[in-house]
Order: sequence, then structure tokens, then C-alpha cells
Amino acid sequence: MERHFDEELNDLKHRLTKMCALAETMIGDAIKALVQRDASALTAIQQHEAEVNRLQVEIDEMCFTMIALRQPTASDLRFILGATKTTTDLERLADQAVNISNKAERLMKQDPLKPFVIIPQMTDIARGMVRDSLHAYVNRQVEKAREVIQRDAQLNALKKEINAEMLEFMQRNPATVPYALDIVLVAHNLERIGDHAKNIAENAVFVIEGKDIRHGTENRPAA
Amino acid sequence: MSDAKIVVRRLGVFFGQAQSLRWVTMDVPRNRILGIIGPSGSGKTTFLRTLNRLNDLSPDTHIEGEVLLDGQDIHHPNFDVVALRKRIGMVFALPVPLPMSIFDNVVYGARLAGVKRDKWDELVERSLRAAFLWDEVKDRLHTSGMRLSGGQQQRLCLARTLAMEPEVVLLDEPCSGLDPISTAKIEEALTILKAKYTIVLVTNNTKQAARVADDTAFFLMGEMVEHGPTSQIFTVPRDKRTNDYVTGRFG
Repeated sequence: MERHFDEELNDLKHRLTKMCALAETMIGDAIKALVQRDASALTAIQQHEAEVNRLQVEIDEMCFTMIALRQPTASDLRFILGATKTTTDLERLADQAVNISNKAERLMKQDPLKPFVIIPQMTDIARGMVRDSLHAYVNRQVEKAREVIQRDAQLNALKKEINAEMLEFMQRNPATVPYALDIVLVAHNLERIGDHAKNIAENAVFVIEGKDIRHGTENRPAA
Repeated sequence: MSDAKIVVRRLGVFFGQAQSLRWVTMDVPRNRILGIIGPSGSGKTTFLRTLNRLNDLSPDTHIEGEVLLDGQDIHHPNFDVVALRKRIGMVFALPVPLPMSIFDNVVYGARLAGVKRDKWDELVERSLRAAFLWDEVKDRLHTSGMRLSGGQQQRLCLARTLAMEPEVVLLDEPCSGLDPISTAKIEEALTILKAKYTIVLVTNNTKQAARVADDTAFFLMGEMVEHGPTSQIFTVPRDKRTNDYVTGRFG
């Protein structure tokens, strides 16, 4: 039976998807500015961030109202509780994109220490994790959610790789320290984006299966 | 003493050729509230009425399986049905006060059962207090029970049931016609009464089961689909049919 409540839940999914798309665009734009030294890529970031913040408040208000008026249970309750957590992760990962854009503004004025290889790889993985975790969440795809969680390890490994590479530059030539440190921080921002996507994927598992798998507690029942 | 007040094993109830309950097996734990939910025709009222053998009154009834009350089979030929109904009281959906005073309504069953007159005052006060009605009627005990509001009448029926000092109280949609305040009073009473009684509550209002029941069983088409702690049934039901019912997708 199609319920009026289902329309509200679909509206909630639509807004979450929109918020996710904005956050993902922000990550892409910030990295494009850094790698291609293209200042025009940064023009929309502030505006997108404001929109992401507005959507977070709007979605949280929707969830609050639905809990009060619909008194959801079971899968509906898990979806709505998960949505409020997901907006927090999306807003925070968008903040990480803003942090990257701030560094890109400085770094694009200088020649890079070497061609960008690992940062674009990390970006592809992080953006994919964000997109796929949200997709798994709204479309109830538990296998995809578990696969996103696995991808986080790749991001962590690449971050270590870039840290080692930058350390070598800094040791060889102290003049590279400001630039290399910023690159280390960009890698850290991308790794944090992966962590937020992992949170969303763990949320998706909770919504679909009712299992709370945070902190490695795969087998603990949710209730 | 077992934790289960009532043990139900492979219970099948037939009315003529039609099977209304399909091999229900479950324990009803003592001093807890068991909520029974399910759409119309799911067998929840049939299950409730089987627990104190009210279905015996319907012609062509045939029962298979076991219902054990404190380990004794209630369908055994030697089991005294009158004694059973004293031990397992019942409150129905529509409050039916008898056309007599509030006081006489409460003592009606006890009087028939031979309780002495000098015990009646104490019995009436105790039962009305337990049903959360005493404060509202203590100054007009000898006025007609018919003049009470719907919510008060239902609590009067609950008091009448409690006056028989049952061990189990069965309630069949006791709040179906009541306003939210009266409903809250009944629910509050049940939550306190479970310390002394085992309570089985059939309700069409899933939210009511969520609010007051310790355990919940979901019935569908005569089958008990799922039975577990209420917190689990309303957050992570194991069966998709339970999920669909508690989220309002059918029923």
C-alpha cells in the first residue's frame, strides 16, 4: 500500500541526494583548482557550502517533524534517524572540501613539487565513496554499502604514501615545507571525507539490516 | 516457578471447517504485558478468548494443541472452567457496566463467588484504586455505573475484573472507543498492575502496544508471525510482514 508518508520519505531521499551531489561537486571543484591551477573552479564553492548548510537544517527539521507527527517505527524509524546522522556527515565532508579550497587558493600560485598523481587518485576514491554510500543509503543496497566501507583502507594507504613522499621533499629542501605541509593536509582532508562516507555506509547497513556495525561491532543487535 | 504463566503449544482453533488459529506456540511470561497486534481477522481475539475458554461457547469449535496455565492443561476434562475464568479475567472492547451502582458493579462477581459482605467495602476501594478510578468516584459509589463517562466505565469494568483477584487479565481492545486522556489512564493502570498480574492486551493500535507492552506478538491470517521484546518488534522486526504492518503499509 502506498502511503502519503512514502511521499514524504521520497522527498527526504531527494533532498539527501541533492545535498550529496553538491558536496561531491565541491570536492571535485576544490581539487580541480589545486591540480589544474584553475581559480574559476573555486567561484561556486562558497555558494554550494551555504546551500549544503541550508539543506542540513531543512532535512533535520523534516525528520524532527516526521518523528513527531508520524511516530515512525521499524525500517521507517531507522531511515529517519539515519538521515539526521547522514546530513551531519555530508555537511562535515563539505567543510573538508572548503578546507581543501582554502589551501588550493594558496598552492595554485606556486609551481607544484611534482606532477599530481596520488591526490587525483585519492579524490576519485573519496568522491566515489561519497556518491556510492549515499546511493546505498537511499536505495537500500547493503552490498554496495559494505563495499564502500572496504574502500576506506585504500584511501588510508594512499595518504600514508603521500605523507612519506612529502616528508622526503621537506627533508631534502626545507624551503618546500610550507607547500608540502599543505599537500599533507589536503591528503588528510580527503582521508577525512572517506571517513564521513564510511559513516554514511555504516548508517546504510543499519537502515537496511538493523545492525549497528560502527566501531567494528558487526554482530551486535541494534535493539 | 517457571517464568511463563501461560505456555501455548501448537494451538490450532477451528470453527467448523475453518481454521482460525494456525499452530501457535509461545510463552506468556508472568508479571509482564504481552501485546498482541495484527489486522482484522488475524486471530488475535480468537487467541485471547482461547486463553480462558470463551471459544467453548461457540458451536462447532474444535481445539488442538495445549494451553498450560502454571503447567496445567486448561482443556483437560477435569479442569474447572469456572475456576479458570476466576483466575483469568477479561475486559472487552465495549465497557458494559451493569445497570446498578458503581459499588454493586464492583462486588457483583465477588458476591456471586460467596465473598462475605463485611469484605465488600475494602474490596471495592482496593479494586477501584487499582483501576485508577477511586479518586473520581469515591464520593458517589452508590450512583449508577451507567452515568460514568466511557473512559470511567471501562475502568469500572477493569475494577470489576480485578475484584475477582485474577492471576491473568485479558484485555480485548480496551481503549478502542476512548479519548486520549482515558486511554492514557488505562495504560498507566496496566503498567502498574503488571507487578501483580500477567496481562495480555489485544490492540488494533500498534502505538499502544509500543507504549505499554513488554513483549509483542504479531498475528496474520491465523498465524503468529513474530513474537519478541516490544523494543525489537518496533525497531528491527525480523519478518518483513511485521515490518510492513508496524510501519502501516497494510492493515
